[in-house]
Amino acid sequence: MDLAAIVKALNLKVRCGEKALNREVKGGYVGDLLSDVIANSQEGHVWITRQVHQNVVAVASLKDLAAVILVQGTEPAPEALEKAAREGIPILVAAEPGFEVAGKIYRLIAP
Amino acid sequence: MTLNDVKGILDAEILVGEDQLGKEVKTAFSADLMSDVLAFAKPESLLLTGLTNPQVVRTADILDISAIIMVRGKRPSEETMKLAEQLKIPILSTKYILFETSGRLHRSGIVGCIEKVGSD
Amino acid sequence: MRCEKSFSVEGGNFAAAGNVSSAIKGILKEIGLPKDTVRRAAIVCYESEINIVSYAKKGQIVLQADNRSVQIEAMDEGSGIADIEQAMKEGYSTASAQVREMGFGAGMGLSNMKRYSDDFFISSEVGVGTYVKMVVVNLDLKLNPDHPQWVETYT
Repeated sequence: MDLAAIVKALNLKVRCGEKALNREVKGGYVGDLLSDVIANSQEGHVWITRQVHQNVVAVASLKDLAAVILVQGTEPAPEALEKAAREGIPILVAAEPGFEVAGKIYRLIAP
Repeated sequence: MTLNDVKGILDAEILVGEDQLGKEVKTAFSADLMSDVLAFAKPESLLLTGLTNPQVVRTADILDISAIIMVRGKRPSEETMKLAEQLKIPILSTKYILFETSGRLHRSGIVGCIEKVGSD
Repeated sequence: MRCEKSFSVEGGNFAAAGNVSSAIKGILKEIGLPKDTVRRAAIVCYESEINIVSYAKKGQIVLQADNRSVQIEAMDEGSGIADIEQAMKEGYSTASAQVREMGFGAGMGLSNMKRYSDDFFISSEVGVGTYVKMVVVNLDLKLNPDHPQWVETYT
């Protein structure tokens, strides 16, 4: 399933990275500890988090993640948004909490 | 569903609170940031987390969380287990990552929750 | 039933962090305060306790509670806060890596403390320490003249 379909299904707000919405999403990772995400997330996964600062973009870029999804209506910090826009990394905002967002995406893409 | 059902869905191991497997659970909150749990988790929810330090148990106690599910095969430290036993908070451990743990539970009918404090 | 109690908090002692808040929660339940009051008081107490442990050398938490309200004062000896307005901003944090690894340091502590108390006061001096006073009111009682205790409490 591609990112655009997930955006539609969950009614996510796209804050930047529109051009990369056709990317295939292979899975997801939920986490707020950057060291953990660096160690354990996988390429092509969406990252579900509440962290909003620009290090999040650096990690997403480093691990070639499909998108950063901020939950509970949290908005990215201005520097993070700027950096993500420059690098073409989608930042999406979900109104619901992490459990719901992860649950729904899992059910959409899991075998 | 009961905690025992949750244990089955997550192929989990129960590390603390075997006597509480009959507990009813309906909601879950996933987080690694304890301030978020404090601000938003609904009392009697399950807490899904990758953290294993005693503060997770403290946070769970402050909020009357019904059980802690540690993901990615994480196990609590001795200290954390002792505190959980003392405060009677069940701890389960599952090999699935937080994403998949949330997914499996969501599929089985557990819902996410936010509770704005001060609005009982 | 009125309760006044004082607790010490040791800076840097993450293993014990939260002991005081758990104890206070127990006391408030015993007083018979409603769930929402107990929860809010426990949250603001816990956030202040974690702050002392994370940032100060040592501190004290003083509880004064009765069936009307809970007052929590948290004071510490430590580096103090240079810019309180900045520190109160959600997301602003000076947490160390150790604190972050424990799941704290997201920059929500002070703003949570203010949000969930009914009255919030903070003062700080760099190089000396910080003082926070929070009051959580039993809104169940205050806003409800039908409550059996309302008359004796509020008139």
